[in-house]
Amino acid sequence: MTTRDVENEIASPASWNVQGPPIFARRGGVGADDVFKWLVYITAFAVPAVLVAIFILLVIDAWPALERFGLGFVTSSNWDNVKEQFGSLPYIYGTVVTSLLALLIATPVGVGAAIFVTEYAPRPLRVPVSFTIELLAAIPSIIFGLWGFFVLTPVMRSTVEPFMKSAVGPLPVIGSLFQGPSVGKDLFTGGVILSIMILPTIVSISREVLLAVPTMQREGMLALGATRWEAIREAVIPYARVGIAGAAILGLARALGETMAVTMVIGNSSRKITGSLLTPGYTMASAIANQFTEADNPLYFSAIVGVAALLLVVSAIVNVAARLMIWQISRGVAKGGNRG
Amino acid sequence: MTMSERVPGTNRATQPVTDQGYSTLETAGGHWMQVTDVAAYYGDRMAISEISMTIKPRSTTAIIGPSGCGKSTFIRCLNRMHEVGLGNNRVTGSVLLDGHDIYGRGIDPVQVRRYIGMVFQRPNPFPSMSIYDNVVAGIKLTRSPSRTELDEAVERCLNQAALWDEVKDKLKASGASLSGGQQQRLCIARSLAMQPHILLMDEPCSALDPIATYKIETLISELKRQYTIVIVTHNMQQASRVADETAFFLAGEERVGKLVEFGPTNQLFTNPTDSRTEAYITGRFG
Ligand SMILES: Nc1ncnc2c1ncn2[C@@H]1O[C@H](COP(=O)(O)OP(=O)(O)OP(=O)(O)O)[C@@H](O)[C@H]1O
Ligand SMILES: [Mg+2]
Repeated sequence: MTTRDVENEIASPASWNVQGPPIFARRGGVGADDVFKWLVYITAFAVPAVLVAIFILLVIDAWPALERFGLGFVTSSNWDNVKEQFGSLPYIYGTVVTSLLALLIATPVGVGAAIFVTEYAPRPLRVPVSFTIELLAAIPSIIFGLWGFFVLTPVMRSTVEPFMKSAVGPLPVIGSLFQGPSVGKDLFTGGVILSIMILPTIVSISREVLLAVPTMQREGMLALGATRWEAIREAVIPYARVGIAGAAILGLARALGETMAVTMVIGNSSRKITGSLLTPGYTMASAIANQFTEADNPLYFSAIVGVAALLLVVSAIVNVAARLMIWQISRGVAKGGNRG
Repeated sequence: MTMSERVPGTNRATQPVTDQGYSTLETAGGHWMQVTDVAAYYGDRMAISEISMTIKPRSTTAIIGPSGCGKSTFIRCLNRMHEVGLGNNRVTGSVLLDGHDIYGRGIDPVQVRRYIGMVFQRPNPFPSMSIYDNVVAGIKLTRSPSRTELDEAVERCLNQAALWDEVKDKLKASGASLSGGQQQRLCIARSLAMQPHILLMDEPCSALDPIATYKIETLISELKRQYTIVIVTHNMQQASRVADETAFFLAGEERVGKLVEFGPTNQLFTNPTDSRTEAYITGRFG
């Protein structure tokens, strides 16, 4: 018999021609196993299905506006519901600017806090500190909004913004970000409140990532005569850098979709895009929240839904990017495995 | 006594070793260590105690013993790595490098580690750095030398670590792109770049195959012409191949590691004085 034949026989159980004892016989009918299997299949597919369905519905509802304005829907900054002109660029701009600003503030602070918790905090302090920071994530958005409205906005107007104007305003390039009157309710304040809101995300994920850095990496650097901070800077952070970037991007994703708190401090005005952070603006999310009740004609409604579809696409992309980065580092850790 | 006087190695071989009573040793420029009554604790738990030995210059000292007897703990006491771990780890007793107490008042553990290099059980190159940067990582911590100086150091250390020929064409590649054995030699090169007085190795071959192990053993025999080496090993053949002197550790009932026997490798393996050593080397326990 050739090997080929042997393989064939092994491959087809029918030709084994073996009759097992009756207790091994397959019981007929649909077992509980099958029911459960289908149940988990359905639940697993339900989630992406809902996401796809939402996206399709949004696009259908947004179609009239998308068809009418084409690319102008995202490149025009003229949003005028009376004249039925809908260009969402100011909203996109507001979202991008406030989210990036939030990221710029929250990443160093959040990574610093994570380093403190994982590397420096004495044992008894570790849990309370990280718990408190993560508690921030449990505060409802509207409470941040109220706090922003009543506490943050006045402080920004009277103190922070005038300070930034005098300190940074005269500088070339970056100074253009701080021009015009301090109004308090503007893109700058929006970015600041977002930075506080995304802090817990950045801290908790950076902390996980830093904890996953093998002890051997840190000790390898210490054994070369590094100080504690040098070991963190030269070995721990570089090892964790992809995961930290993932944490930041996940924070960005949260900032992109945040609605209530920003709406209450951003000023909600779609005036022309100026270079300055001290201008009232809109984000995509706050524009939707503010305007969808007023959308009395079909085109206006359709334009607002168009903004929503846009927001969904952007957040989905950002989220996927973040997950990929975090996944990459945790997989790298599992594979590299040079743990102490 | 001022701090700078106490920093080990700032003045090389200040005391002739003959003062310490081993006049037969060839000492010219070599570095030695004297361990006296060392005990180490993890929090409140004592892991090793009453360890005393002399590590002779330009020789290889092996530490053998069953798992959990405190070999790693001990070797980490020799470059003040023991206190790095979380919690309240401490060391008592004295450890002298060329006559200077590395646990002395005012001694900076960071400085100590610059003079006493360490190679770990599993290769741990820095994956975000190139092979080149891995080698000079330690040098760059202390100063910013010129490019040519770095180039020279990289070539010299990789040569010493018997790795140069294998990597000279890909110095820009990641340190993690090498095989396990190459990674371990890279880690040795990285330690050598600091021009350490003493080189500590904690089971440097336990994650490697026989050929990579053989390369590292050959390397150790080469290196001991210039460096003083302490190596922890599970493998008694390895100890007998590379070590001039061997220390046998054993943890008793109370799970505190003690030094049972210490002497020239030949003698310890062929004619041990302690019955427990004999039992261990003949494979009766451990
Ligand atoms: N980080 C730690 N915290 C508490 N106890 C520890 C710690 N590391 C080691 N020990 C204990 O100290 C003792 C000695 O451990 P050590 O790692 O030094 O043994 P070893 O001889 O190196 O063993 P092996 O051959 O398995 O590497 C063991 O009883 C161990 O449980
Ligand atoms: Mg060990």
